[in-house]
Amino acid sequence: MIEVQGLTKNYGPERAVDNLSFSVNPGEVLGFLGPNGAGKSTTMKVLTCYLPPSEGTIKVDGLDVRTDSLAIRQRIGYLPESTPLYQDMATYDYLGFAADVRGVAKADKTRRIAAMTDVCGLGDVLGKPIHALSKGYKQRVGLAQAMIHDPQILVLDEPTSGLDPNQIVEIRDLIRSLGEEKTVILSTHILSEVQASCDRVLIINKGRIVADGTPDDLMASATGGQRIRFGVQQGAANVGDTLAGWGHVTIQDQQIDGDTVLYTLLSDAPDDLRPALFRFAVEHGWTLTELHRDQVNLEDVFRQLTTA
Amino acid sequence: MTRILARRELRSYFDSPAAYIVLSLFLLITGWFFGNALFLENVASLRNLFGLVPVIYLFFVPALTMATFAEERRSGTIELLLTMPVRDWEVILGKLLAVTSMLAIALGLTLIFALTVASFGDLDFGATFGGYLGLLLLGLASTAIGLFASSVTRNQIVAFILGFALLFFFFMLDKATFFVPGWMAGTLEYLSTDFHYQNLLRGVIDSRDIIYYLSLTTFFVLLTGYNLARRAD
Repeated sequence: MIEVQGLTKNYGPERAVDNLSFSVNPGEVLGFLGPNGAGKSTTMKVLTCYLPPSEGTIKVDGLDVRTDSLAIRQRIGYLPESTPLYQDMATYDYLGFAADVRGVAKADKTRRIAAMTDVCGLGDVLGKPIHALSKGYKQRVGLAQAMIHDPQILVLDEPTSGLDPNQIVEIRDLIRSLGEEKTVILSTHILSEVQASCDRVLIINKGRIVADGTPDDLMASATGGQRIRFGVQQGAANVGDTLAGWGHVTIQDQQIDGDTVLYTLLSDAPDDLRPALFRFAVEHGWTLTELHRDQVNLEDVFRQLTTA
Repeated sequence: MTRILARRELRSYFDSPAAYIVLSLFLLITGWFFGNALFLENVASLRNLFGLVPVIYLFFVPALTMATFAEERRSGTIELLLTMPVRDWEVILGKLLAVTSMLAIALGLTLIFALTVASFGDLDFGATFGGYLGLLLLGLASTAIGLFASSVTRNQIVAFILGFALLFFFFMLDKATFFVPGWMAGTLEYLSTDFHYQNLLRGVIDSRDIIYYLSLTTFFVLLTGYNLARRAD
């Protein structure tokens, strides 16, 4: 549905996006993840035909951004960062304006506005001027204008920034439900967000893609191993040496906590080592008090990939 | 599309106090001078009105245009607007149409004075028609200049001052002929906005004057288009 090939975007001498290539399949929710200034917003601006690419091609439904800009814009709903809306317009008027500009037929206009009011929960604020709305409502008005023409593709630049935790959950749920029928590209630097709402993640750093995969894939691949906490009741002899001799793990740390010795073990093994460790402990007659595998989270992956 | 954009622009004038302030001030100032002539000097004439409006334009047009692009850039709405299926020139023409319509409304209100004159004395229909046509064309060209001034900056105050400076420059050109060598005087006159307005005010509708205003408008619309295409933040 969207094909990006060798996209490069320069601002004067500065290179914001550097030879980016990826594709997005229909119905996918793709998350752009990256530190501030990584090129997420720039990529979205080029994709939505606001900025022309310096090099490379972007095709949406086989249409090129350079030559079929208007046709592409018709297919995309966009919510820029910081949700720029005409503050002195009333919500209803603004949605009407968006519908007109985005080419919604006169006959469908009222129906589409009603549908968006429903989906985005704007019933209470239709008559209010946008500047009087809370940040959460503004965000929803932004989403409503992006979807007013029922586009197949939604591009959302940091849709949850500046919202309180309840609003974040609401917007996420909304994006989740939209993702069932539409292609959604969203950017964020909040890690839990991609875990919560994305099918696929692109981690971008300094204008380049540093990782591409499902959130689970990324977590599995990034550390290439696991960390296990392993507690044995005191009195068992030579636990450390025996474990070291086992060959599957290395001991990172050991400490005594009451009558338990706690070991922190590292392993390169891709599979869960806990069952094997359990059997190993039974063979040696150790009394286990604790056996815990640390979940590697996306935060570790992110830091690993973007600080290198 | 241009109409949709112009309608939104006009609505935003009328949704805020801006339109009402501008229109009432416009009527107040023109009415004061017209009334003075009428009641104190017993002269029922539009000459004062026609002499005054170009000077009022110097302030009013930049006041109406200063927000057009500068504010959209400052608040980022320009990005959303230009990712909707609209062409850049439709955006510019929409704003040009909106501001010119505001000026036309203001001029329309001054027709009261024309009616007053017609009922008291002799209204020179030729000169009156020429005067209003001139004011409309001058308004159109001034608006294009104001839009350009607004498109170079994110700051409305800068846009206002630049707009005023440009309008003042074009207004004063034919009054500076005294300071330049003779061979330049004609060119200077031809480039001046006020020179062509004075021609139309005589009631002589010359296509050269009309073409001048339309060229000036086109020139600044193109410059604005160039600025918009740069997509500077």
